[in-house]
Amino acid sequence: MQHTLFALVENKPGVLNRVASLFRRRNFNIESLNVGQTESPEISRMTIVMDGDERDVRIVEANLYKLVNVIDVQEVTNRPAVLRDLALIKVRAAPEKRAEIANLASIFRANIVDVAPDSVIVEITGTEDKIESLVELLRPMGILEMVRTGQVAMMRGDQPGARHTPGAGNNGNGYHKQNTEYLN
Amino acid sequence: MKKTGAEILWECLVREGVEVVFGYPGGAIMPVYDAMLEYPVHHVLVRHEQGAAHMADGYARASGKVGVAMATSGPGATNLVTGIATAMMDSSPIVCITGQVPVHLIGGDAFQETDVTGITLPITKHNYLITSADQVARVVREAFHIARSGRPGPVLIDFCKNAQIEETEFEYPEEIELPGYRPPTRAPRADLEKAVRLIEEAERPVILAGHGVLMSGAMEELKMLAVKTQTPVAMTLLGLGALPASHPLSLGMMGMHGEAYANNAIQNADLLIALGMRFDDRVTGNLRTYAPRARKIHVEIDPSEVHKNVVVDVPLIGDLKTVLTDLIPMLDEYEHEEWLAQIDEWKQETEQRSIMAWPDDGKLYTAHAIRALWEVTGGDSIVATGVGQHQMWAAQYYHFDHPYRLITSGGAGTMGFGLPAAIGAWFAHKDKEVWLVDGDGSFQMTQAELSTAVQEGANIKIAIMNNHFLGMVRQWQEFFFDKRYAATPLTGPDFVKLAEAHGIPARRVTKPEDVRGAISFAQETPGPVLVEFVVEKEEAVYPMVPSGADLDAMIRRPIRK
Repeated sequence: MQHTLFALVENKPGVLNRVASLFRRRNFNIESLNVGQTESPEISRMTIVMDGDERDVRIVEANLYKLVNVIDVQEVTNRPAVLRDLALIKVRAAPEKRAEIANLASIFRANIVDVAPDSVIVEITGTEDKIESLVELLRPMGILEMVRTGQVAMMRGDQPGARHTPGAGNNGNGYHKQNTEYLN
Repeated sequence: MKKTGAEILWECLVREGVEVVFGYPGGAIMPVYDAMLEYPVHHVLVRHEQGAAHMADGYARASGKVGVAMATSGPGATNLVTGIATAMMDSSPIVCITGQVPVHLIGGDAFQETDVTGITLPITKHNYLITSADQVARVVREAFHIARSGRPGPVLIDFCKNAQIEETEFEYPEEIELPGYRPPTRAPRADLEKAVRLIEEAERPVILAGHGVLMSGAMEELKMLAVKTQTPVAMTLLGLGALPASHPLSLGMMGMHGEAYANNAIQNADLLIALGMRFDDRVTGNLRTYAPRARKIHVEIDPSEVHKNVVVDVPLIGDLKTVLTDLIPMLDEYEHEEWLAQIDEWKQETEQRSIMAWPDDGKLYTAHAIRALWEVTGGDSIVATGVGQHQMWAAQYYHFDHPYRLITSGGAGTMGFGLPAAIGAWFAHKDKEVWLVDGDGSFQMTQAELSTAVQEGANIKIAIMNNHFLGMVRQWQEFFFDKRYAATPLTGPDFVKLAEAHGIPARRVTKPEDVRGAISFAQETPGPVLVEFVVEKEEAVYPMVPSGADLDAMIRRPIRK
């Protein structure tokens, strides 16, 4: 089953390499990894989508915590969270096909962001399912290129995601209280 | 006050309590070496950087302090790699400092440039690249803190040459700011209560004591737990000494070459209390059939070890000593007479098979030599080993009654560890007798450090168990490869002459009756001494759980009358 985690990490050189190296070293099966800035310039945020059972996810979380630069890890799978992926899809489009593509795009609330003589670029943001549906519909027309950002995730409201790692979780030792203070 | 990056490094090392550094100079670390002369730190010049890392490791294991190794960039740094990996696998706290080309040359394939932080990323607990002098104090402070706290491990600092030379204002950072690094200390009360219930209900409990007991200094707590709940204690290789071998509740070593009764106890247990150990494949055998009837409590400081190899019922995440201190008062006293009697019965059977029960056949066996060493040294020597048969015999026949005495590469199984580790251990405990029990194969891997031992006047006693084979691999070939001895017969030098070429007094022993005399000779001769024991060539370590087999499917030593 697919799981989505996010990790707050120190924004320092080499941290992405440490995380990527960990996944390789421990043979973890990662479907996508997205890294970006946060509200704090000292902190980056990684969203990790992985396939596996509960135990696999717990092991990934605990290993992430072993990295000195990883501050917090939360799982958002099956929790009230906003999950988004962005795709740019370049589709073969002779002028007479443009209207059909524009039509499909508007159904998915996607945008056409570039028009060339023989192709258009469709930009779509949404859940992975939604993007995959559009991709399937566009495929018969000829997808020339595609790029996806990988999923990003944010919990709704003020609830946190699930912190499972014992000792690192909010189980009474104040670990996350201190982390939150650091963030503020 | 302004200081150079190199001076700041030494200022910080002195503040960390560093008294000795094991290293080898070279171009990219020369400013550091130059500054060293002004500081009260003793430098040990090794003959190969691998030796520096192992010495730092041996020093750390024997002293409980952080060991420090130093090397130049490029090949100097890559030569440390085996030693770093060895320390990583056994959670040994060392800090390695390597020179690096100036920051403006990084990435340009400059002379002796190697991506050392990249190479050591998966084999360090953490590593740093210092590119300017103002980073030095903070990095060194953090490096020592990370190396020694939580689950200890190696930390590497790659130090650009420009940062060694540059001057900056030196301010020692009192506070450490590591938002992502907070090792757990106490286990939650609710988890402790769950553990108490399992211990209450247990009829056939076994404690599995690992390296964590020693690292946490929880030997007293372990003993209290064992005695209060009358639970026998099996130890991992690195856990030996956690409970005295002579304690009535000690089961000795578990696992591939563990005591048969310890393995039987584990397989028949209804509760395992794992303390600071990680269920390595060498102690579990086949995971599917491992301790099938046992519920499991796992006390561990590293959450990533929980459920990694063995799924447990109650994880207690925290510092072992703290967790046990919290747990023990919550427990009542228990008796397990039937269970202990059953284990005793298995023990009798084992004693029958012991090589110590063999009638004297005039042959020299490694086990006999090690047992004699144990007797002559009163069981109180520090014993460093290489890796292989001699290592297992040392674990089996030198009955460790004290912690921090066995200095051996467990997880990594690094041949050549012994001689440098023994030298490092001697620097930690110059008041103690330090023996190296090595094999002819392991010894030859790092024998260049004999010169280091002589230069430093290291009072180490070297016992080489020479069977003219890579013995453990030969044993596997005997058992599992139809005695096809591929690349295991081994011609060594004349070890006595080799020692003498170094100015080291030496003796060769070929007969059982000369063993004790030679050990006494080594003890009475000051400085390094070498004794070569020419032992039986094709002797095997028993019992043996074949790799991946069930833990109680042991190959046993045939009974000899």
